[in-house]
Amino acid sequence: MSDAKTLVDVRGLKKHFPKEKDVWGRTTEVLKAVDGVSFSIRKGETFGLVGESGSGKSTVGRCLLRLYDYTDGEVYYDGQELSKLGDKELRPFRRRIQSIFQDPYSSLNPGMNVLELIGEPMDIHGVHAGGARKDAVAELLVKVGLKKEHLNRYPHEFSGGQRQRLSIARALSVRPEFVVCDEPISALDVSVQAQVVNMLEDLQAEFGLTYLFIAHDLSMVRHISDRIGVMYGGRLVEVADSDALYDNPLHPYTQALLSAIPVPDPRAAGKRIAWDRAAWSGEGVALREVEPGHFAAIP
Amino acid sequence: MTERLLEMEDLRVSFYSRDGENQAVRGVSLHVDAGETVGIVGESGSGKSVTAKAALGLIGPPGKVIGGDIRYRGESLLGWSDSRWRKLRGNRIAMVFQDPMTALNPVKKIGAQMTEVIRRHRGLGKEEARQEAAAKLREVGISEPERRLDQYPHEFSGGMRQRVMIAMALSCQPELLLADEPTTALDVTIQAQILNLLKDIKARSNMGIVLITHDLGVVAQVCTRVVVMYGGMVMEEGTVEDIFYRAGHPYTQGLLKSVPKRGGGLRERLVPIEGTPPDLLDPPPGCPFIERCPHAFAKCVERPPLFELGEGHRALCWLHDAEHAPAKGSGGGSQEHVPAKGSGGGSQEHAPAMGSDSESREHAPVKGSGSESQEHAPAKGSGGESQEQAAGGVRLHSEGERRASDE
Repeated sequence: MSDAKTLVDVRGLKKHFPKEKDVWGRTTEVLKAVDGVSFSIRKGETFGLVGESGSGKSTVGRCLLRLYDYTDGEVYYDGQELSKLGDKELRPFRRRIQSIFQDPYSSLNPGMNVLELIGEPMDIHGVHAGGARKDAVAELLVKVGLKKEHLNRYPHEFSGGQRQRLSIARALSVRPEFVVCDEPISALDVSVQAQVVNMLEDLQAEFGLTYLFIAHDLSMVRHISDRIGVMYGGRLVEVADSDALYDNPLHPYTQALLSAIPVPDPRAAGKRIAWDRAAWSGEGVALREVEPGHFAAIP
Repeated sequence: MTERLLEMEDLRVSFYSRDGENQAVRGVSLHVDAGETVGIVGESGSGKSVTAKAALGLIGPPGKVIGGDIRYRGESLLGWSDSRWRKLRGNRIAMVFQDPMTALNPVKKIGAQMTEVIRRHRGLGKEEARQEAAAKLREVGISEPERRLDQYPHEFSGGMRQRVMIAMALSCQPELLLADEPTTALDVTIQAQILNLLKDIKARSNMGIVLITHDLGVVAQVCTRVVVMYGGMVMEEGTVEDIFYRAGHPYTQGLLKSVPKRGGGLRERLVPIEGTPPDLLDPPPGCPFIERCPHAFAKCVERPPLFELGEGHRALCWLHDAEHAPAKGSGGGSQEHVPAKGSGGGSQEHAPAMGSDSESREHAPVKGSGSESQEHAPAKGSGGESQEQAAGGVRLHSEGERRASDE
């Protein structure tokens, strides 16, 4: 990335959830879903976030969307710290930052037709008032590979892949800059996943979008991401360019994770590196730049 | 001499609902021998799970086996009584499902659940059954099995629960193990452990294993033979090498191409299969892949037979018919290691090579042009089509027949 302008800057982000409460309702035990995460996303790039379930990767995404108020740390978006903003001041950012979620079945209101679904965010943010709205929606539909004739249809009339296209059209309807994609293809059929990934790449090029791509499918993450962060136990254990991460993983967890990917080639003699979570004590180890642009939490 | 365990012949299963007859399985023939691991690969709706359920006699209303035969060790299983099925299940055929949490009883200790199965099927005493349960837990890699027998399912992690399920399945010493997406709900590191466990079991015993999955990586790592299903039919079957290096069906080829290649250059464009799977309420009479196939030609409106491509390697595709296939239809052929044009230099040795068709289907990797997203639209513009026409088989002209984005 020659144009290395930082769009999103996350510093020491923490999100703790109350786990146990005493009789007075005071929290006695917390779950540290995200426990001190720092990274930045450059304008126009795709930053991949991987990790096992419970590693905190989705929580990070939700904090960036301000769906959660975070416990500690700062998230700067285009230089503005988000946690201090009230609902009203946050509003322009709610337009600029959009999201796509995993399940295209539950993320679309079944009682709204396509025009209403995609037009709703436009109304909320005052994009395309009046007659221009319908044309804009129709144009978006074509962009995501659907047809103008679909305007009056309802979500149940579409397949999973098509619904995900609708979710993407809805996210893009307000011309965002940054899209948090949380497992956007995991629920789709294998033969349809590539269609959606290609489309996300095209839309990114056309609109200059920046993506945070959260997923557990490591081969797809490598394909789509410029840089990747690996999360484990609420922390980032490694951040690097995609190729550097896959070719030369430095953290033992990353090494184990990558070696566990089943390769679709029967002759690939994969040597699996075991990961002993009990033996890992990464508590005190901070992320440091081991090689230029390649950060790892190793001593 | 191989020991044939399970055999299905022209199996047909339909589900009946208000919308009509959903023809989930439309004439599937396959077999499983002792000592082999057969992967059944397919997307959701391909009929892979229904096929496995039929082998266990688990198709109940609104579903029905409407044709064909299922044989176990040569004996037809259709028309069996429930009690006879129950004896077969567990004793000789065992099953492991995707979600180990819903398959275990949450309010019963693991030990109680395991010994119940062992006592019922093997007639052991209480103490013996408990020892056997502990032995099986140890076999699947669970430490301190005696202590863990007194724990409840919620005290086990997802991977451990799946190990418990496998231990339970193994405790009755089955001859055939059916595993339906056993690792799909698990993290990739845990998945690798479970797959290794299955490999271990295979190495230690002469058990036949059927692994149902949508993940080509899992198949490549564990299976010896593969059955590829789509639209309720078997599209192709062969050894794992046949499928990954000499795929003879355009669907298999498309599936292999649509996943990112290992070592492939960054941002190398994926080659998707356009369109969506067929609607089984009203499936096409011929090849189910016809609407998405880059090589479809006139003959494809008729149901193709399985063409023999090599020993044990068969594909349900007219391209292999010397009589009807278009002259240039070598796309479905089975050349080995034809490098895909336009793929990154280093990727070739890892990328299972497809047929030569990969050259013809190359999509221009233009980025940023407005019209270009059309290319990914389920309904393709005629531009892409003529391209394919030039290189592959004759394309079916009636665009209206394609389901495109109209469901």
